[in-house]
Parts: sequence; C-alpha cells; structure tokens
Amino acid sequence: MSDLFQKAPEATETIVPPAERLGGRRLHVRRGVHRAQVLRHIALMVVTFVMLYPLLWMVASSVRPNSEIFQHAGIFVDTFDFSHYPEGWNALSHPFSTYLVNSAIVVLGTIIGNLVACSMAAYAFARLRFKYRKAAFAIMLITIMLPFHVLIIPQYVLYSQLGWVNTFLPLIVPKLLATDAFFIFLMVQFIRGLPQELDDAARIDGAGHIRIFGQVILPLMIPALATTAIFTFIWTWNDFFSQLIFLTDPSLYTVPVALRQFIDAQSESDFGAMFAMSVVSLVPLFLIFLFGQRFLLRGIATTGGK
Amino acid sequence: MTALGELRALGTGQRRHAIDSDTRDNRAAAGFLAPWLIGLLLITIGPMIASLYLAFTDYNLLENPRFIGTDNITQMLSDERLASSLGVTFTYVLVSLPIQLAVALALAVVLDRGLRGLAFYRSALYLPSLLGSSVAIAVLWRLVFGKEGLFNAFLGIFGIEGPSWVASPDTALGTIMALNVWTFGAPMVIFLAGLRQIPRQYYEASATDGAGKWRQFRSITLPLLSPIIFFNLVLGVIGSFQSFTQAFIVSGGTGGPADSTLFFSLYLYQEAFASFRMGYASALAWLLLLIIGASTAIMFWTSKWWVFYNE
Repeated sequence: MSDLFQKAPEATETIVPPAERLGGRRLHVRRGVHRAQVLRHIALMVVTFVMLYPLLWMVASSVRPNSEIFQHAGIFVDTFDFSHYPEGWNALSHPFSTYLVNSAIVVLGTIIGNLVACSMAAYAFARLRFKYRKAAFAIMLITIMLPFHVLIIPQYVLYSQLGWVNTFLPLIVPKLLATDAFFIFLMVQFIRGLPQELDDAARIDGAGHIRIFGQVILPLMIPALATTAIFTFIWTWNDFFSQLIFLTDPSLYTVPVALRQFIDAQSESDFGAMFAMSVVSLVPLFLIFLFGQRFLLRGIATTGGK
Repeated sequence: MTALGELRALGTGQRRHAIDSDTRDNRAAAGFLAPWLIGLLLITIGPMIASLYLAFTDYNLLENPRFIGTDNITQMLSDERLASSLGVTFTYVLVSLPIQLAVALALAVVLDRGLRGLAFYRSALYLPSLLGSSVAIAVLWRLVFGKEGLFNAFLGIFGIEGPSWVASPDTALGTIMALNVWTFGAPMVIFLAGLRQIPRQYYEASATDGAGKWRQFRSITLPLLSPIIFFNLVLGVIGSFQSFTQAFIVSGGTGGPADSTLFFSLYLYQEAFASFRMGYASALAWLLLLIIGASTAIMFWTSKWWVFYNE
C-alpha cells in the first residue's frame, strides 16, 4: 500500500504534474490511490448501510401489514398498510398527541432553563474575577461527572413533599438552577474564545456587567446557545429515568414513558402500532439531526457530549 | 480543552495566571452565579448529604427514616441480586466499551484525511448515537433480536434457525452490548476531531523514513491521539456504569431473563421505586459512586504510562 493514502485527494491533485511529464510509475501510483479510494468508499458504504439497516427496517415494518412484518428481513415494502399509524396513535389511554405535547412542554422548559441559567453562570466563570473562583469552577466540573443516582432519591423525597410529583416541575425547575453543568462548561469554553477587548471597549463606554453580558457576550455566543438548545432537546426527549419516576399519571406521560406501555401493557401482538409510534417518536430527533448537525457535531467534537 | 483537561490543569496548578486576589467582581459574580449556587446547594449538595445519611437508614418513604447503622452494608455483602447486577454491569463496561471505542477509532482513521464524502459518512454513522439512548430504539432492539426478529430472519437466509436472543439468559446481555457498540458514532466524531490536530508533516516525514501505515498508526497516531482515547474512555466508563434505559426496555423492567440484564441502575431503580427501599437504594447509589470514582482514579493513575500530553 502506498503512503500517498495519507494525503488528501486535493493534495494529490496538485502534486501530480501535467500528463506529458508523467513517468509511468507516477501514473501507476495515482491509479492505485484512486482504486484504494474506491475500495474505501465501498467498504464505508457497506458499514453505513449495515448500521442504518435496523432503522430502515423499522420504518418499513411500520407500513407493512402485521401478518407480514416478521416474514421480511427486507426493507422494500410490497403492500403498504398505513393503518398502524392511526391505530398506534389511539392504542394507549390517551391519543399520542398528548404525549408529544407533554414531551414538548418539558423540552421547551428545560431548554429555556439551560439557556438562561447556564449562560449566566458561564459568564461569571469565564469573565469575572471573584473569591473562590477556582474552587467553584472545580466543583462545577466535578458535578458534571457525578452519577445522578446519589441525588435522585433525596430529590424524589423533596419533590414529593413539595407536591411536585406528577407535575413537570421536577423535570424543569432544576434546569432553571443550572444543574446541567455540562452546558456551563461548554459555554465557558466558548466565551473564553471571545476577545476580551470587546468587554473592555464596552466597559469604557460605561457598560456594567449586565449590559456586557446581555449586549456583547450573549449575541456572540449564539452558536454555543444553539448547541446547548440542541443537546438539551435530544437529552430531554430521550430521558427516561426521571420522566418514569416523576410522571405516573397517564395524562402527563411523555413520549418515552408512553412508548414503554406498548411493551408491558399490550400482549405485544400489535407490532405494527409499536413500530409506527416508535417512528413517530424519533421524527423530532431526526429533524434536529438534519437541521442542527453543524452545531451537534462541533459540540461533540469539543466537549464530548453524545 | 475538555472538562477532564481543565480538572487536570487545576490540579497541577497550571492557569496560575488567573488572579484570584482581584475581588472587584464579587458582587456581580454572586448575581450571575445565584441560580447555579442555589441549584448546587439545594439540588446537588443537599441531596448528596441526605443520600449519604439515608444509606445508613431503613426508609420506605411513608415512615421516617430509621437509623440502622451499617446494616445496609452488611446486607449488600450477602445480596445475590446485587452480585449479579455488578457482574452484568462490569461485563457490559469491560466488553462493550473497548469494542465500541475500537470500532469508533478504526472508522475515524479510515474517514480521516480528506476522504470525499466525509461529511456524509460522519453524519450517517453518528445518527445511531443520537437515537440510541431513546426508548424507541430499545423497543426496536427487542424486536430485532426477538424470536421472529430481523436478526433471525437474516440468519434464516443461511438456513440457521436462531432462538429469541432477548429471552435467553446467555445472549440477552449480548444484544444490549451490541446496541452500545452500534452507538460508536459519538466517540468517532471526537476521534475525528482529534486526528485533525495531528500535523500531517509527521506522516510525511515518517513515510520518507520508510515507515508503513501500521507503523505510522502505532508510532504517530496512537500516541498523539492518546489524550482523546483517554477522554473517550473516561466518559464511556462513567456513562456505561449508569446505563438504564436499554436494559429496562429490553427486559421489560425486570432485568431478566434470570437477572442476566439486571444493570446496576436497573437494580437500584427496582429497590428504590418498585420496592420503596429507599435506604438500601441510597447505599447502592453510594456504592456506584465509589465504583465510578475508583475506576476514574485508576484510569487517571494509569494514564501516566500511556497518555502523552503535548505540552
């Protein structure tokens, strides 16, 4: 194998001299590179296809008649049967729209909470000099890695004494208090990258910290805010544990808790409906993926979120 | 720098230039940090202390906690379900995480260096990571590996009649590990970002010296990527020890068959929110914290020998 593989195709293009000056060996190497690229693409296509296959199968199964679902490993549908969607929509104690709306409320609340509270804390950590700053910052970093198990039981006791069980408050209020420290850290990183001169200029113009934060830093940190909003959306939409324990009234069920009912309530005979509602529950995530992946991928690459 | 890097830097006294003696921003900081501080005290530190206390009590949520000393710890020592949940969780972490990271690294290396269509592959391979922790995918997994699921339909092509993989104690955990490996996209994206930081000249120079691809991978890529590998490993260990959703859905909340998918978090959930043994569950939570803390400490300690920081 040639070491030229390491180079980007653009680079190879500029290195290779005009055709008439080419020796046979050069041409050969280049063709070899080309072939290796093709092989690499074929291998990657196969891997990608295999990885996405279960998803395609799920979508295909959601529009197949029940009798055919488990006879087919294929993803091409002969007889389309869309009846699983209305069936699944109404299969549980409430129409699926109820669960979607509940999830949307929780997601919206958590996004607002994370954006407001984490950006405030991030500004303080990134730009202000204060007593115990280092210690506070270290504590904040440690809380990112703290397993929620050591908190959840006393939190549950606290929220049930406040009468918050079976409301959305236990899912939203903590976010207004910046408990998702991961996002504080993400924003601190971002603010540190903004030139300090901007703050100084605003300060010379007489701006205080509130105005510097609101009118200088916040508008500039929109990419970090977008990343936060997107990650919060995904994590909250997928979150199961806390929604499972805090929401026991079926009219308050969010999408994950509702989907779970398909498994234990029903005799699992109506697989089509189960597939259909699984697909419905993934659509918002997929849309986020389509439109927000720039922020998503950058956010993962710099901070390690999932 | 990652959160881990920051902590390391704080620990080793780097970033000394941050002047803490200048205290003119104290009042503003108190304002900006107020929500965070309230949350830290009421929702993090307070519950943590309470949980530590509850770990030494018998508490069912209805009556007041009754202090029972170290009884919960004694009970843990002879708790067979705890032992099997530890076995399941450690197997999951020790087997599926290395495979997941190896796959992520391999694909990142293949994707690196200006491959056309990189953006497409990266996004497509990342998609499972984004969906993987959802209930919907766990539901799908249950059906893929069921008696008449996709996986057996595939095996059927070769004339093999497979069992229900989720219903057999020998294979149920394997299906959940497969799900974890399937979500290799997130660490892959992190690896890709790390690979981009490695100066291309290193490869060119070593190629001139006659190094082959494998040698380059071992002597350039691996050492220079070791901080990223370490980062992915620490994140992966912390996250995997806490896995819950997939095991809950695949086993229908039981951790079965025969406790073969009884993840630690699932056992803790059952004890706390199904049996309402809040005291014992708190003790379990602290055991988990100690396990994760010890694992992280061991990884940091061994990192001296295999992680190379380019400082």
